[in-house]
Amino acid sequence: MQLKEIQELIRFVSKSGVSEVEIENNGFKIVIKTPIVTSAPTPQLVAVQTPQLISQPVVAATQPIVPAEQVAVATSSPKSGENSRFITIKSPMIGTFYRSASPEKPPLASVGDEFKKGDVLCIIEAMKLFNEIESEYAGKIVKVLVDDASPVEYDQALFLIDPA
Amino acid sequence: MKLFKKILIANRGEIALRVIRTCKEMGIKTVAVYSTADRDSLHVRFADEAVCIGPPKSADSYLNIPNLISAAEITNADAIHPGYGFLSENAKFSAICRKHGIKFIGASPEMIEGMGDKASAKDTMKKAGVPTIPGSEGLLSNLGEAKKVAKKIGYPVILKATAGGGGRGMRVVWEEKDLEKAFDSARQEAGAAFGNDGMYLEKFIEEPRHIEIQVVGDQFGQACHLSERDCSIQRRHQKLVEESPSPFMIPELRDKMGEAAIKAALAVQYEGLGTIEFLVDKHRNFYFMEMNTRIQVEHPVTEEVIDYDLVKEQIMVAAGAKISGSNYFPNLHAIECRINAEDPFKGFVPSPGKITSFHSPKGQGVRVDTHVYSGYTIPPFYDSMIAKLIVKARTRPEAITKMSRALDEFIVEGVKTTVPFHQRLMKDENFKNGNYTTKFLETFDLSE
Repeated sequence: MQLKEIQELIRFVSKSGVSEVEIENNGFKIVIKTPIVTSAPTPQLVAVQTPQLISQPVVAATQPIVPAEQVAVATSSPKSGENSRFITIKSPMIGTFYRSASPEKPPLASVGDEFKKGDVLCIIEAMKLFNEIESEYAGKIVKVLVDDASPVEYDQALFLIDPA
Repeated sequence: MKLFKKILIANRGEIALRVIRTCKEMGIKTVAVYSTADRDSLHVRFADEAVCIGPPKSADSYLNIPNLISAAEITNADAIHPGYGFLSENAKFSAICRKHGIKFIGASPEMIEGMGDKASAKDTMKKAGVPTIPGSEGLLSNLGEAKKVAKKIGYPVILKATAGGGGRGMRVVWEEKDLEKAFDSARQEAGAAFGNDGMYLEKFIEEPRHIEIQVVGDQFGQACHLSERDCSIQRRHQKLVEESPSPFMIPELRDKMGEAAIKAALAVQYEGLGTIEFLVDKHRNFYFMEMNTRIQVEHPVTEEVIDYDLVKEQIMVAAGAKISGSNYFPNLHAIECRINAEDPFKGFVPSPGKITSFHSPKGQGVRVDTHVYSGYTIPPFYDSMIAKLIVKARTRPEAITKMSRALDEFIVEGVKTTVPFHQRLMKDENFKNGNYTTKFLETFDLSE
């Protein structure tokens, strides 16, 4: 399934009022859940690609709204066409992914941000220790692939970047 | 007793599958961990959740304690089953689990350390009244002491590294004139391999049988035994075939060995499943060799003859269940053949690669514990065992016949396996007569 198709699917599900959609096709599985709270239903995407499985919790509507472009896709191959030069930055460790150094601070890396090699893009917390994850590349953030405060595993794709 | 809700299995391959299966039956959720080389492994698919814990090298993944603990934390596992090998007898890992409030389904760090140090383990056993091999009192301080002890107990003797394993840091010495050279080279090898060149000396038991007793101890000071397994068929200290009961066993010997094994377990207040390994000489004298504080590869042999799920027992005891205290005796005969991806006619050289066709034997009394399947690629980073073939029957001759039949049905294409070796073994007259010791394979015909 292409990234564009997934985005269209999310928009469709959020408008339709359906609370949960599961699609399985050729070794790829996607689950889209919409929280049951009403006013601004925010589709929470839980993408699962077999055999790699980390089930991510369904986010309640009271939590920060998940921007539409935030897609948790566990794939490491860059998309075809104009996207072929993009690189995924993967997690070097296991733990909980945080976008900012603390809840009041702004995210370390957002879509469109430019960064240098060695810049801290995110925090991964493991065993009560907060690890600053530095970038090996210089470039621009194209997509943030993981939700704030969600568990990540070794080699999990965190950011899609356009390298300099 | 409070049963666990979720167990993380810190292992891979067939043992990870084995533990996952019992957890499913017990209603316990499972977390599989895997290196990037094991993405397509069966244990990953059978578990409820899976976490990638590192790159292919074991040191960076299956032996990586921080990654394993992190994986347990993000999945909220309340216990870790370490399987066998890897970190199953790592005192540091057991301690770190304890520190993080995760139950380690295995021995305590104190127990692991006590039994891991071969010289002090032997001392503990001696004090408990378990027969041990005559030898030096603790570590040898110098060559002079080695000479004295060797003279007293009589040649041949064997020099052993206290931190040793897998046959390293060991030298057999037949005469006094060879002692000095052996002592120096063994010490050097031990220092290089284990970072500890402490040596001790024992009487070398010629042509012994390796017979081990399975024990279980609970958290309430009780211990019992589940009879023996004969594991004498070995190549370079690696077991290839195991069976229960031992063809060399007689009821009086089993009672004596069982009693000694229980004494050993109680002496260290052992909790969980453990195995006491003994060497048995031709006069049926038995001597403590070592204690393994984990579940063993060959545990299915005991499971089949006493009809018991040993992994379930491990989990129950770890959760605080009491054992009945009764001993268990084999009422059937079982044999296990370890099927490795190795070429037996080329010195057992490993044969990793893609299994293009896999058909395992079936039928009454046949059990196959495996993680491989048709189309699976055996990664070159880990051990070469791809399956365990276990048969059970009412008598030993029937078990051997059944094993022969099962081996003939075992099809593995794409890689070489040790199936042809086992087929030849099952037809060997000495094996069929139960006439074998740990020296057996040295004279076994391995020509194509």
